[in-house]
Amino acid sequence: MSAPLHIVLSWADWLNLFGHYLLLSLMSVGGAIATTAEMHRFLVEEHHWLTQSQFNDSIALAQAAPGPNVLFVALMGWNVGLNAGSYAGAVFGVAISMVGMLLPSTTLTYLAADWGQRNRELRAVRAFKQGMAPVVVALLTSTGLILASGTRTGTLDWPLWVLAAVAGVLVLRTRLHMLWLLAGGALLGWFGWL
Amino acid sequence: MTAPIQPPSSVPASLPPFNAPRSPAHLFVAFSLLALQGFGGVLAIVQRDLVERKRWLTQEEFIEEWAVAQIMPGPNVVNLTLVLGARYFGLRGALAALAGMLTFPLLLVLCLAVLHAQYAAHPGVAGALRGMGAVAAGMIAATGLKLAVSLRSHPLRLPLALSAAGVGIVLVAVLRVPMLYTLLGLGGLCCVLTYRRLAR
Repeated sequence: MSAPLHIVLSWADWLNLFGHYLLLSLMSVGGAIATTAEMHRFLVEEHHWLTQSQFNDSIALAQAAPGPNVLFVALMGWNVGLNAGSYAGAVFGVAISMVGMLLPSTTLTYLAADWGQRNRELRAVRAFKQGMAPVVVALLTSTGLILASGTRTGTLDWPLWVLAAVAGVLVLRTRLHMLWLLAGGALLGWFGWL
Repeated sequence: MTAPIQPPSSVPASLPPFNAPRSPAHLFVAFSLLALQGFGGVLAIVQRDLVERKRWLTQEEFIEEWAVAQIMPGPNVVNLTLVLGARYFGLRGALAALAGMLTFPLLLVLCLAVLHAQYAAHPGVAGALRGMGAVAAGMIAATGLKLAVSLRSHPLRLPLALSAAGVGIVLVAVLRVPMLYTLLGLGGLCCVLTYRRLAR
């Protein structure tokens, strides 16, 4: 987060940010990460509230840290607030962006899940839940494959692929705790073997 | 409500010992621990811990809840947390699980952001992040393959269900078709076929 940015945010700007996240929340079918392109357009290109490296680092850090990946949204809000001048602003930025990103989607999901639970004997509900199973399997496997190939250069990064494949086999074949695998990956990377 | 007609396929052949969380506070603690172990994505950990260790739900139920979490807008893991919490204690459970999933990881990631601002230049840090990313990718793909085993009891029968999953992988991972189209197209097709199969 090298080149610091100094911006002034009015209440109208904060409101604009909040409203934008409310919309993004409704558009984020397939996960919050699916809306990153639009977030980039809004935060970096249109309003210049965030630098390119702040944007990239927010995603990378949230991927590496424990917890749901949607925390990259919190980090972007944090950085926008910091750019606006203070840690208080940063905390406010986190609150604005996380509440905006989560409120519409969680409300909808809760209502849908509740409805589905009450009508779980309906043929259509059972057909939907069971019918989606092959696609759920496909999406999970694909997410892993895409993450493994998501290198900085775009060229084939075979040590990373090998590491991902070994980790996958260990998860399938052993009951080794996943934290050991992550620690192993971190060590290999720390010593520059990746 | 119509009289439920249960086809054999919707009842898992062998029901594992079934447990449940004791209270919303129990949910909060469980999801906090899950979230803090979930580097690079929590899904793999959620499946292993809740299905394989705690046995709060079966593999099939996990997939079904995940389908709901995936089709609705919003972060998948957050949606899944909400749905699983609601399953046991309604709105209170949903909020407790959600608070567990978000509170400590949020504090931690903000601390990391402050630290990262100082140590970003260290080559070891970037390498370690890359290594953990690769391991996380492998774990998520392995979880997908593991769930494929439960397609054996799928109403569409194993060959068709597996083929559909294969087509999905090609669409998303190889052809990079947007997830939404895959969900609506392939998912819709699978749902219609399943609907017809459930009628018999």
